Amino acid sequence: MSNAVTALNGAKSTGYVTVKEAPLTGMITLRGTFASKGFAKMVKSVFGTDIPEQRKVSKGPEATVLWMSPDELMVVCDYAAAQDLVAKATAQLGDEHALVVNVSDARAVFTLSGAQLREVIAKEAPVDMSQFEMGEVRRTRFAQIAAAFWLEAEDHARIICFRSFAEYMFNLLKNASQPGYEVGGW
Amino acid sequence: MLILECPYCGVHAEETELHAGGEAHLKRFGPGSSDDDFENYLFMRENPKGVHFERWRHVNGCGKWFHAARCTMTLEVFGTYSAQTTEPPKDICDKISAKRPGWSWRNFS
Ligand SMILES: [Zn+2]
Repeated sequence: MSNAVTALNGAKSTGYVTVKEAPLTGMITLRGTFASKGFAKMVKSVFGTDIPEQRKVSKGPEATVLWMSPDELMVVCDYAAAQDLVAKATAQLGDEHALVVNVSDARAVFTLSGAQLREVIAKEAPVDMSQFEMGEVRRTRFAQIAAAFWLEAEDHARIICFRSFAEYMFNLLKNASQPGYEVGGW
Repeated sequence: MLILECPYCGVHAEETELHAGGEAHLKRFGPGSSDDDFENYLFMRENPKGVHFERWRHVNGCGKWFHAARCTMTLEVFGTYSAQTTEPPKDICDKISAKRPGWSWRNFS
């Protein structure tokens, strides 16, 4: 078994918002017909939660499910558990027309913590952060790269992007949160 | 700045989150069609000053293609709608008629 590492070995920047590369995180892409009983049942029994409403996050005991599009979900879970969950989900789907893929090693995850994190996100993404709510997930762009983010608390956000863009994303967030560059929006 | 509401995820997406996909409601003419039909399908496009129908993709978002009806002169957006249709829905056409009486675009009016 190879020794899995994150893209930036847990890089951290302490500006007016703290940016950290998250430890290895399990991520599973699910695609299927949400209206199909078999698909919804699988999500419930394997990930312990219902299919989230449009652009919402739903939480099970061991997995967080993000609404990515009308036929796509992203499950965030323990890194070590991902492969097992994929096998369970695949087995349970049977003949259902659906897709389950472990994308843990294809993505990078960052956390933002600090009271002004809405401002840091607003600097990089074309999202109205004054309207953004807890329990919502937003796919967008951060400067020139695609990403998704959601709030785990008012002062704690999680951002997912492609692993190959990890360094770009880290530098972007680090630059946006450097001391002295507060805009004062939040 | 153009803001379009993606009918698939409901996001009010700013233009840089989207990718323009050209004219809407093209009818494909492939092998076996007449040279004129094929040429029209490949090359001939509307270039209106006013009401226009386009395809857009929510590329930095949910990834879905959708349709938009807007005015090329004022950037007013009349509405966005599903990609799974070959013509603009009636409610969008009605909205355009209320604002631009007598409009026409290809064979729609
Ligand atoms: Zn969308």
